[in-house]
Amino acid sequence: MTSQTLDTSAPASARRLRVVVAKPGLDGHDRGAKIIARALRDAGMEVIYTGLHQTPEQITETVIQEDADAVGLSILSGAHMTLVPRIVELLAAQGADDVIVTVGGTIPPDDIAELKQLGVAAVFTPGAPLEEIISFIEGAARKPESL
Amino acid sequence: MSDQMTDHTESASGSEALEAWRATFAANPQRDVPFTTLSGVPVAPLYTEADLPSNTDDAIGLPGEYPFTRGVYPSMYRGRLWTMRQFAGFGSAEDTNERFRYLLDHGQTGLSTAFDMPSLMGHDSDSPLSLGEVGREGVAVDTVEDMTTLFQGIDLGEVSVSMTINAPAAIMLAYYVVAAEREGVPPEQLAGTIQADILKEYIAQKEWCFPIDPAMRIMGDMIEWCSQEMPRWHPVSISGYHIREAGSTAAQELAFTLKDGLTYVEQAVERGLDVDDFAPRLSFFFNAQIDFFEEIAKYRAARRIWARELKETFGAKNPKSWLMRFHTQTAGVSLTAQQPLNNIARTAIEALAGVLGGTQSLHTNSYDEALALPTEDAVRVALRTQQIIADETGVASTIDPLGGSYFVEAMTDKIEADAYEYFKKIDELGGMVAAVKANYPQREIADASYELQQEIDSGRRVVVGVNAYTEGAVDETPLLRIDPSIERTQIARLQSVRAGRDSAAVEASLAALKTAASGSANLMPLLLDCTRVHTSEGEIIDALQEVFGKYTESPVF
Repeated sequence: MTSQTLDTSAPASARRLRVVVAKPGLDGHDRGAKIIARALRDAGMEVIYTGLHQTPEQITETVIQEDADAVGLSILSGAHMTLVPRIVELLAAQGADDVIVTVGGTIPPDDIAELKQLGVAAVFTPGAPLEEIISFIEGAARKPESL
Repeated sequence: MSDQMTDHTESASGSEALEAWRATFAANPQRDVPFTTLSGVPVAPLYTEADLPSNTDDAIGLPGEYPFTRGVYPSMYRGRLWTMRQFAGFGSAEDTNERFRYLLDHGQTGLSTAFDMPSLMGHDSDSPLSLGEVGREGVAVDTVEDMTTLFQGIDLGEVSVSMTINAPAAIMLAYYVVAAEREGVPPEQLAGTIQADILKEYIAQKEWCFPIDPAMRIMGDMIEWCSQEMPRWHPVSISGYHIREAGSTAAQELAFTLKDGLTYVEQAVERGLDVDDFAPRLSFFFNAQIDFFEEIAKYRAARRIWARELKETFGAKNPKSWLMRFHTQTAGVSLTAQQPLNNIARTAIEALAGVLGGTQSLHTNSYDEALALPTEDAVRVALRTQQIIADETGVASTIDPLGGSYFVEAMTDKIEADAYEYFKKIDELGGMVAAVKANYPQREIADASYELQQEIDSGRRVVVGVNAYTEGAVDETPLLRIDPSIERTQIARLQSVRAGRDSAAVEASLAALKTAASGSANLMPLLLDCTRVHTSEGEIIDALQEVFGKYTESPVF
């Protein structure tokens, strides 16, 4: 495994969210994934970055082992309609369907709608501001508990 | 990030007029924006004669003359325009062959092949790791049969062909040579380029098959073989494109790329090749980002550094060895998913920078590429953009029209100096291979890309349609859809090749390859043997991994 956990100090008020940032598939475009990982870490979350070229099975295993609140999948290879549903399915099969799944990458609008139907919480395309991504994950991960 | 570019104006002749201007300028309000380049280099309000290099004639010179700041050829575009080379590849070999013929019919002058992810990573289409990726981002090539189909009906003795593949480059070259051989075109007649720049894979593009040292050896084998058998072929395209796309600054792109190139030269010389036997066949590939003058300066500085290093450090005697010839592609990362038609303007400006920087060939991105692979219409607009620059704007009528510009010359000097700073740091780490193993360039790039993203997020750097001039509604852009059945078709095709071949010959070719890999023989002839008996790419890579092992990255962010 190429997992890597990074510690930063968290605000005392809230439990630190644990987020897996994952690169499914074969493409090596990791600029976005690394920027997101760093931004989430700077926002006080605990970030586990899987590294490149991960299979759906490897990603699911990391999410379960790390007891993550959310998983961000970064795909720029066009394989999202194969790999994302597979990961959602595997998470459900492991009883981890409460984990928030987000996707980032070059995703055409029609596919976004379809991915959301499958249970993906949000899809971020190129140009999405970091602040929007951070606050989305904060909001989505904390909603059930804080209500 | 970097020091103020130059402040020669301070020490200028002290001409009264300049002083008076300075006072007037200081008394007037300035816009409240950071006056820095995309790479964070501060830009002065005015450049003057004092900003030119002190030894103008030596530093700038004439086109086609050392140090080639003004261009590698004496006649540049007055003699011949750059090659308009659009990168294409998707789906099956038949699909891409059709796109190739379309591009040639529309006036394109060279071909450029994009391979799919499994081909780039050395997996066969039927590998479980290829799931969902076959034919998606490029063309699927598993065996020599696919390569033959890819170039059907195209005269390989006439057209120059570029192939963007790196870790398995030696295998794809073997496929290409055998495919051409079947059409009666011998290797010595083949013209084109294979990317094969393995160091930048570990730095930026991240498509690898083996650990760094054996990967360097395979690449060295290929360069050596090409220098003997393929005099018209460029066996490596030393690439900054991906380094820049990964988020580097212009100076980092330049420094890491040239240092990669110098490392390949060093390796070939260590193998006993004469530098003048292969250096004339080395070529480069740079990004054209949106910061117009910074990019132009980067290309000019690159030519000067390469010429100096080859002549002074490696003692190359043949002037052709000193020439840094390069391909340019406009910046994929500068394209936005929001208001995609704006990308046509971005691409035109970036392409113009490549042309004014003296590129030998150019790929212009299509406006829909932040959303999907380009449609045929979008590709045509991109190609037409180059034709407008070439035939309507007049910029190709005179050589290096920006030569002598105070700003451009000062910026050229600045980028050159920054590159040498990086060379120094890399040398201190024990050279480029050691620096890459220590994650040094990877960390520098990650830091630069994070800084830039923060500037954009904070609104300090404007990206039109993204953090300024935004619109609520999403544009309706027609997108290219890849037929998902391509995966099944390709797997069936591969399996039929497997069923029809002599499996004992395949086994024997792989056994011989492994034996050679454990020793020090050149692997190219063995890869050609594997190709002729229809051994697949995945089978060759698996066999070599048994000897060389695999690569695992420790990511830095």
